[in-house]
Amino acid sequence: MLGSLDARIPAGSLDSKWTDHKFSMRLVNPNNKRRFDVIVVGSGLAGASAAASLGELGYRVKVLTYHDSPRRAHSIAAQGGINAAKNYQNDGDSVYRLFYDTIKGGDYRAREANVYRLAEVSVDIIDQATAQGVPFAREYGGLLDNRSFGGAQVSRTFYARGQTGQQLLLGAYSALMRQVAAGTVELHTRSEMLELVMHDGRAVGVVTRDLITGEIVAHSAHAVVLATGGYGNVYFLSTNAKMCNVTAAWRAHRKGALFANPCYTQIHPTCIPASDDFQSKLTLMSESLRNDGRIWVPVAHDDGREPDQIPDADRDYFLERKYPAFGNLVPRDVASRNAKTVVDEGRGVGPLRNGVYLDFSGAMARDGEAMIRAKYGNLFDMYERITGEDPYRVPMRIYPATHYTMGGLWVDYELMSNVPGLFVLGEANFSDHGANRLGASALMQGLADGYFILPYTIGNYLSDFLGDPALEISEPAFANAEQAVTDEVNRWLSIGGTRSVDHYHRELGKLVWDYIGMARNKTGLEKALSEIPALREEYHRNVRVLGSADTLNQSLEKAGRVADLFELAELMARDALTREESCGGHFREEHQTEEGEAMRDDDNFTHVAAWEWNGEGTPQTRHREELEFENVELTQRSYK
Amino acid sequence: MSSEINLTLKVWRQPGPLAEGRFVTYEASGISTDASFLEMLDIVNERLIEMGDEPIVFESDCREGICGTCGLMINGQAHGPQKGTATCQLHMRSFNDGDHIVIEPWRATSFPVLRDLAVDRRAMDAIIAAGGYISVNTGAAPDANLTPVPKETADTAFDAAACIGCGACVAACPNSAAQLFTAAKVQHLNLLPQGQAQRWARTEAMVETMEEFFGSCTNHGECEEACPKEIPIDFIAWTNRDYIKAKVKNRKLAG
Amino acid sequence: MAQAITRVSTPPPVRSEPRVKLPWPLNIYQTAVGKKWVMGLTGIALLGFIVVHMIGNLHLYEGPLEIHEYAETLRDLGTKLLPRTWLLWIMRIGLIIAFALHIHSAYSLSRMSIAADKRYPGGRSYIAANFASRTMRWTGPIIGLYLFYHLADLTWGWFNPDFVRGDPYHNVSESLSSIPVAILYIVANTALAVHIFHGTWSMFQSLGVNSPRYNHLRRYLAAGLAGIILVGNLSFPIFVQAGVIDDDGRSIVEELQHGTAEGEDH
Repeated sequence: MLGSLDARIPAGSLDSKWTDHKFSMRLVNPNNKRRFDVIVVGSGLAGASAAASLGELGYRVKVLTYHDSPRRAHSIAAQGGINAAKNYQNDGDSVYRLFYDTIKGGDYRAREANVYRLAEVSVDIIDQATAQGVPFAREYGGLLDNRSFGGAQVSRTFYARGQTGQQLLLGAYSALMRQVAAGTVELHTRSEMLELVMHDGRAVGVVTRDLITGEIVAHSAHAVVLATGGYGNVYFLSTNAKMCNVTAAWRAHRKGALFANPCYTQIHPTCIPASDDFQSKLTLMSESLRNDGRIWVPVAHDDGREPDQIPDADRDYFLERKYPAFGNLVPRDVASRNAKTVVDEGRGVGPLRNGVYLDFSGAMARDGEAMIRAKYGNLFDMYERITGEDPYRVPMRIYPATHYTMGGLWVDYELMSNVPGLFVLGEANFSDHGANRLGASALMQGLADGYFILPYTIGNYLSDFLGDPALEISEPAFANAEQAVTDEVNRWLSIGGTRSVDHYHRELGKLVWDYIGMARNKTGLEKALSEIPALREEYHRNVRVLGSADTLNQSLEKAGRVADLFELAELMARDALTREESCGGHFREEHQTEEGEAMRDDDNFTHVAAWEWNGEGTPQTRHREELEFENVELTQRSYK
Repeated sequence: MSSEINLTLKVWRQPGPLAEGRFVTYEASGISTDASFLEMLDIVNERLIEMGDEPIVFESDCREGICGTCGLMINGQAHGPQKGTATCQLHMRSFNDGDHIVIEPWRATSFPVLRDLAVDRRAMDAIIAAGGYISVNTGAAPDANLTPVPKETADTAFDAAACIGCGACVAACPNSAAQLFTAAKVQHLNLLPQGQAQRWARTEAMVETMEEFFGSCTNHGECEEACPKEIPIDFIAWTNRDYIKAKVKNRKLAG
Repeated sequence: MAQAITRVSTPPPVRSEPRVKLPWPLNIYQTAVGKKWVMGLTGIALLGFIVVHMIGNLHLYEGPLEIHEYAETLRDLGTKLLPRTWLLWIMRIGLIIAFALHIHSAYSLSRMSIAADKRYPGGRSYIAANFASRTMRWTGPIIGLYLFYHLADLTWGWFNPDFVRGDPYHNVSESLSSIPVAILYIVANTALAVHIFHGTWSMFQSLGVNSPRYNHLRRYLAAGLAGIILVGNLSFPIFVQAGVIDDDGRSIVEELQHGTAEGEDH
């Protein structure tokens, strides 16, 4: 049974923990590595970098992805950049400062040791990516350029136009394909993991469904690595890609892996508002827009005038008004919540009254349209393509949208979950961002986990199994898991209800957005805990999945994913309800300062909440991992 | 501002890779011009499901023009009528009330149709596996600022690297050549100092793998027009030049 | 270099490895890009011939004797080093080889593209492809057939009962004064110009001659060359039909041989 959770953080001073631990971990000698099978699920930054690195070391790796090519993973959509404590700009950055900013940005709900390690290896990521040919932005002298991002006071963000995620993923993908060609990595595309296979309490493989033929396939290995991303699509409308889902992580959770801090979700303030009910996803606009754009709404409720007809006196620049020091550059969660407040007051703009203006007229008057075009031209083009409005003439409309989820499967210092042999990387784990992620840190974490952490720590686990072959797939553990998947597939096809999977996903999303969105309260969360299970019950009774199991059947794929999102949503509500404080992306209306700022309760909630599955219909058990802060002092954030 | 339009869709339906396909006509009525093209198909699919018909299979993921998953032949144009725009970013305001829209999958022998509008593009991964990388093991990299790269070089390499691997260049090419895709991938690495060590081996291997699966370029320039990232065909010329050089250099180096 | 081993499962290749690997540099011709390269190079040779041929033919406008003398000059080329007509024959053989390679590479690349290509039953629209680029596989064979006719007509004299060997002026005016033949020449030379328009531009791409600063000039060059060749070549059938080139059935060569030629001091 689980006691208080032990993250197995090595002893010693903060800056020597990782170095010492690397030395103390057991190694697998090069000749023995090829006797170990490792399954990597997911091919984004974390998965591709891990698989490539493990392949280079000589492990026999199998990569499973539901995409048609590893290069499509959603890491590709990250725009802004990647942080690294290189201090190339000589502006006072350091590993310690990046560590400190990340801990503080996460509102003191992340592990010191993990975050310090992340900051430490961040510099190696830039070296690795550059050597792979990632075309980072450069200065005229040919050296790498940096920019300041997300309110950081140093310029430590490396970027590749507005497509940093794409370029980093293509780097990791190219490294992966090199290993595929070398024969160390076996690539299975369009294979969706639907079960984790356990044997003797360890993770020994997975079962997948081939999305083209419907074939159920068992894969056996000495260790399973999940790098399957976050669960932002529980909101239906988010900036996540359409296929993003929680299924791989959730199926592991159902087999015993703890799910930590599910209520920590990040809302990004500058997205294009939904334009109608058919909206399928929301598009993010780089946060850098807030450097020059001024955010406002009309003072009057339901002011029907066109924006250029509203004089300055009738405009409310609400961020500048409330936060004179930071103004429009307050952190993401603060900007988002304030936008929600004014829209909820009925002062939203646009046809659906669901946005706020982001106005560049002042900046254009000051710097000239050409300057603004040079800085943001591609973003303005994208905005016009989507909305049909010209942001050079009419202020942009923006509204917050779910962007990233800090919660995920619980992992220890070595990125192994409480299930031995199950490692979790990237957004799928909960580890490094605490309650709120800093801008340009997601790419950093995914690649740190995949390139520089897992390849060391996995050896420490595998060295116990030298000489043991991977479990035969003829073992009952695999047959049972295959049967479970087959049964599930058949169950969806036999329901024969009346409404589509998307219909229920959309309904679920509305509930989650309303009750577990930017601001939560007890009443809403309790409502969520009654309404979500009710909708879920209807879903299982009335969903319509047409077609058959042996073809490319997208409704069938989605059916299982949405079912898992239903269960996750319930857990999010429970987690949010139990966490009686506000921190980072989790804002409980009951816990705020007089000025409406998040108020933490460090005495009672300086811990990770990790939930244990107890079977369907029974609430999960909450376990705690206490967070020890030995190096930084906990302070309240203030952006006045 | 937004308005509603009625459309007639002629959509390619094909139950499976080996099955015969055919066009099926659907009426898409009351479509908002603010909808994206794929959202329009989402709406049509919802209605199909309600009527008990299987939805049209089409692929998409990020829906913001960067993942390269989506791709439809819309009225004979890859990714539809708007230049520099992937299918997911195409919006219905590009169409008029009463329009007839023909929707087909990408077509090329090496892009077999899987179902309806979804095709198999793994041949493109094979080109990357042949040499679309710089061989640097994790941890073996020198400091990132050790090798300065002229800004112009980095920018041009980026222009090539912007490729999203959607396959529109192949779909649009009357020869089903993958020259623009391959050239973009080759030149991204060939232009950078980091890519020089494997420049000639890479060029030869990637071009020859490309030739196993795709047709031969006749310089129509359709690919450049279809490319959602507007990658210029100059990269094709440079790759052709590098390829002949590679044939000479690789022979010398191999002895 | 040996083909890299790809371990990505793919659809079956459209094109298999050549059965026999030829030694370098012939192996370059076994690849598509190599064939394109050969097509570009042979294109330059053929284009050079066409330009020189067209300019040479302008001697027609000087008169029957001048074009005859021009033809003789060609046969005399290189006689300081080689026996008479040898250099001409060397050039002709070079042209024949270039032509054969041009055709063979075009043929095999077309086959490759046809194998790789699936048509769109719903139709397709062309944005960048122009009439010239889309008709290369038509204009090419038209030019080939025309070339055969042209040689048979004006070099071998198969179709012209009045053919006089070595008297271009006479032969041209006899042949092109027939309306169907003139039309045939006009059509074929239009096809040639269209072919050259795309071929010239395309050649830069295939040979990798590309520098963003000068790239816009390539279209002008292609249009200019195609235009000049079109005007020059079409002038002959038109002016024969208009009666500007006309020897009234008399052959200057026959007259020279029979000593009845007037005027020219020979």
